[in-house]
Amino acid sequence: MKTGILRFPGSCDELDAQLAAALVGETVLLWHGDRDLQDVDAVIVPGGFSYGDYLRAGAIARFSPVMESVIEFAGDGGLVLGICNGFQVLCEAGLLPGALLPNANRRFTFRQVELEVVEGGTKFTSACPPGELLSIPAKHGSGRFYADEATLSELEEGGQVVVRYLPGQNFNGSLRDIAGVRNAAGNVFGLMPHPEHAVDALTGSTDGLRIFESMRSAVDGAHV
Amino acid sequence: MRARVLVRPKQGILDPQGVAVERALPALGFQGVTEVRIGRLVELEIKDPAQLEQISAQLLANPLIEDFEIELLEDAPAA
Repeated sequence: MKTGILRFPGSCDELDAQLAAALVGETVLLWHGDRDLQDVDAVIVPGGFSYGDYLRAGAIARFSPVMESVIEFAGDGGLVLGICNGFQVLCEAGLLPGALLPNANRRFTFRQVELEVVEGGTKFTSACPPGELLSIPAKHGSGRFYADEATLSELEEGGQVVVRYLPGQNFNGSLRDIAGVRNAAGNVFGLMPHPEHAVDALTGSTDGLRIFESMRSAVDGAHV
Repeated sequence: MRARVLVRPKQGILDPQGVAVERALPALGFQGVTEVRIGRLVELEIKDPAQLEQISAQLLANPLIEDFEIELLEDAPAA
């Protein structure tokens, strides 16, 4: 698997995302001004503060040249993972439903969170046993997942809610404790917590690695 | 033409900035202020004001979470 990691002005987690993806395959950094995705099998839209988070988090990044290619790539079924700011960018781009609002606790918060894997069979969670709990860090100021009631019910019924905060872990006030969602086709997934910061025992947890292993299985399966 | 676009959080959506300001006011001795909501004011010069609706819906506001209002102003007086 070859994974392309986007880099916007203001990205700050692209190197950790690259290190994590390198554990399961080849990687390449993709500059925001380039349209060429260099034949990657998967794209990661990383965390950070693309374009300074001006206007709204992710609002400007979605119009960058590289995102035009990512939108096309996703439309063709390519795997796209958005982490934190990347999740915000994918929502702004319309690749994922909903929006991320400022945290209800009114603070930029950095803490370890416990997540329930609600949907274990997805292209991003197939390496997680059913009922798996993930312990990975979250760090953001605008992570409150919001969608209208009808959309929320649709997401739950369609199996699009992939990960949820466990009781007591939803510090940002996300509706229905939603930490990450996928699109209806199942090839685009965004979450606020950072699996790429939890791939080495040195930093306390290797649970995030499951996400990258799942993506590799999805890509390998598609190549067979 | 000069124009203003006023962007505000949709009704019913929690606005943490507004809550923070509301809670700060009593400390300054101002009582009885409620329902504080904080939005954004965008001022701009535009050749074709007919484009403002699209500009607002596609970039200045996110219609999922925000409402916007467009206000057209007189041309700025020549300096």
